[in-house]
Amino acid sequence: MNDPRRLATLLLIWTALLTMPLWIGAIGGYTELASRVVVMGLAAMGLNFLLGFAGTLSFGHAAYFGIGAYGVGMTLKYIAPSTGLGMLIGVAAGTLAAAVIGALIVRLRGVYFAMVTIAFGQVFYFMAFRWNAVTGGDDGLTDWHRQPLDLGAGVLDIMHSDLAFYYFALAIFAAATAAMALLLRSPFGRTLIAIRENERRARFLGIAVERHLWLAFLISCGFATLAGTLYALLNNFVDPRALRWDMSGNFVMMAVLGGMRSFWGPLVGAAVFVVLQDFVSSRTENWMSIVGLIFVLVVLFFPRGVLGILRRRSVS
Amino acid sequence: MSLLRAERVSCHFGSLRAVHEMSISIAPGELRALIGANGAGKTTFFNLLSGFLVPTHGRILFDGSEITRVAPHQRVALGIARTFQITEIFPELSLRENLRVPVEVAAGLRLRPWLERRAADAIDAAIAELLALGSLAGRADRLAGELSHGDQRTTEILMALALRPRLLLLDEPTAGMGDQETYEITELIGRLHRERDLAILLVEHDMRVVFRLADRIMVMAEGSLLAEGTPAQIAANENVQAAYLGGVAA
Repeated sequence: MNDPRRLATLLLIWTALLTMPLWIGAIGGYTELASRVVVMGLAAMGLNFLLGFAGTLSFGHAAYFGIGAYGVGMTLKYIAPSTGLGMLIGVAAGTLAAAVIGALIVRLRGVYFAMVTIAFGQVFYFMAFRWNAVTGGDDGLTDWHRQPLDLGAGVLDIMHSDLAFYYFALAIFAAATAAMALLLRSPFGRTLIAIRENERRARFLGIAVERHLWLAFLISCGFATLAGTLYALLNNFVDPRALRWDMSGNFVMMAVLGGMRSFWGPLVGAAVFVVLQDFVSSRTENWMSIVGLIFVLVVLFFPRGVLGILRRRSVS
Repeated sequence: MSLLRAERVSCHFGSLRAVHEMSISIAPGELRALIGANGAGKTTFFNLLSGFLVPTHGRILFDGSEITRVAPHQRVALGIARTFQITEIFPELSLRENLRVPVEVAAGLRLRPWLERRAADAIDAAIAELLALGSLAGRADRLAGELSHGDQRTTEILMALALRPRLLLLDEPTAGMGDQETYEITELIGRLHRERDLAILLVEHDMRVVFRLADRIMVMAEGSLLAEGTPAQIAANENVQAAYLGGVAA
C-alpha cells in the first residue's frame, strides 16, 4: 500500500463503486445495471484468479456461475425463503462441483484444459436445459423472489429496493475481492504466479503444481459461484443460458478487455462489456458484433487491456 | 554411506539408448563432475536423477531410500535441488521475488494464505543472505529477465540453494558465459562446496571449471560410463583423451 499509484487506483475504483447509483442515471444507466456491473465484475475477477495469476484458461466458468445461480434459486423456491441459506447452498454446490471436476482435469494444459472445461460446462448446461421438472428447462426457474436480509440489528430490504440490493452485492464483492487480494499476496499466491511464469521451474522448486492448480481452480470457481448467486438474486430468475459456453466466453472477454495481468482489470472489462451490451443491444440485435469488434481491436492493439493502456499513460 | 546412489539406470526411447546401465554413488559433501561430448547422455542422466524422467530400468536411492519414481517436487523436499542447462527463472518477477518463492517453499509456507510478521521478517532475512552470497544485493528489485546472463545463472543457483538442499545438481552452470562470469560462478560453486559441505553433481563442458572444482570426474560416452576417477586419473586416461578431452586438461 506504499505505492501512491496503487493507492490512487484503489481510491478511484472504490469511490466510483460506492457512488455508482448516484451518477449512473446521468449516463443513461440505472441501479440494476450498476448491480450487474458489480456481479459480472466479481465473476470476471474470479475467472482471472485462475487465468491472470495462475496462467490457466478456463472456458467453463459459467457452469459454476450457473450452479450458484440455480442453487440459490432452487433453495428459495423449494427449501426455505432465506437469501443467506440460498447463497450458502449455491456456493457450496458450485465449489463442490469444481472440486470434483478440477481433480479430473488438473493434469491437462493449454488448449486441452480449455476444451475440457467447455465440455464439462456444456454437461451442466444440458442438465439445466433438460431437467424441466426441477430447473424449469428452457423457460428458466421462475416464481421465486429474493428475500429481505435479517442482519440482527435491522432488516435490509433487498427484496423491494434495488438500491439496497446494489449495496448488498457491493458488500459481498468487497469481501470477496479482499479475500482474493489477500490470497494473491500470500505465499500461496506467489506459487501460482511462479507456476504461471515457469511451470517447470516451479515444479523443481518443490511446488506440487497440480495440487496448487487444483486449489486455484477451486477458489476461482468459488468466486464465480458466489457471483452466480448474486446474478440469480439480481434477476429473481435463472435460466440455462447462465451456464452456457457463451457466458464463459463473456467472462474471458471481460478479463481480457480490462487486462488480465492486473487485479482490477476484469472489473473494468466487465463494466465496459455490461454497459456496452446494455447500450448497444437497445439499438441493434447485432450488439455482439460491435462488442466483438471492440474486443478484437483491444486484443490487437492493447494486449494488456483497458487498464494496461491507462497504466502506461500514467507512467509515461 | 552414499547420499545419492543410482544402480544400473537406463533410459531408452524406443531403440535409442540415451542412458544405458549408468551407476553413480555420491558421498555427502562430494563435488562430482559429469563430462562427455554432446549427445553422450549427460543431461538425460541428470534428468533421471532429478525426477524429470523416469528410468526404463534400474533404481535410484537418496539417503538410503528409493526415489526412482518419486516426483520432482517430492525430491526437492528430500533435499535434491537442480538448475537447468538453459536458465529457468521467473523473468517477469524481480530477483527478490524469484528468491522469495523457494525460500517460502523451504520454510514450509507454500500453502499459507497469509504470513505473520515474524515469519515475513525471517523470509526477508533469508533472501538478503542469498543476495549477499551471490553479490546481487544491488540488483534485487530489477526484473530477473533484465539481468545479465551471468546474473541470471547466479540467480538460478541461488534459487536452488534457497531450498536448503543436501545435493545440488548443476547442469552446465557456465554455459554461454564470458571468462569473467565463468570465473565468478566457479568461485561461487567452490565456496558453496567448501563452506556449506554441500554435495554437488556438476555437468560441465568447460574443462577448466571441471578440473578446478571436482573431487572426482565421470566421463560418459554414448549413454554409458567411459571412465571414472580423480581429475589426475581422468586427465591421464587414454580412452578419455581419445574420445573427448583431446589433451585439454593435460
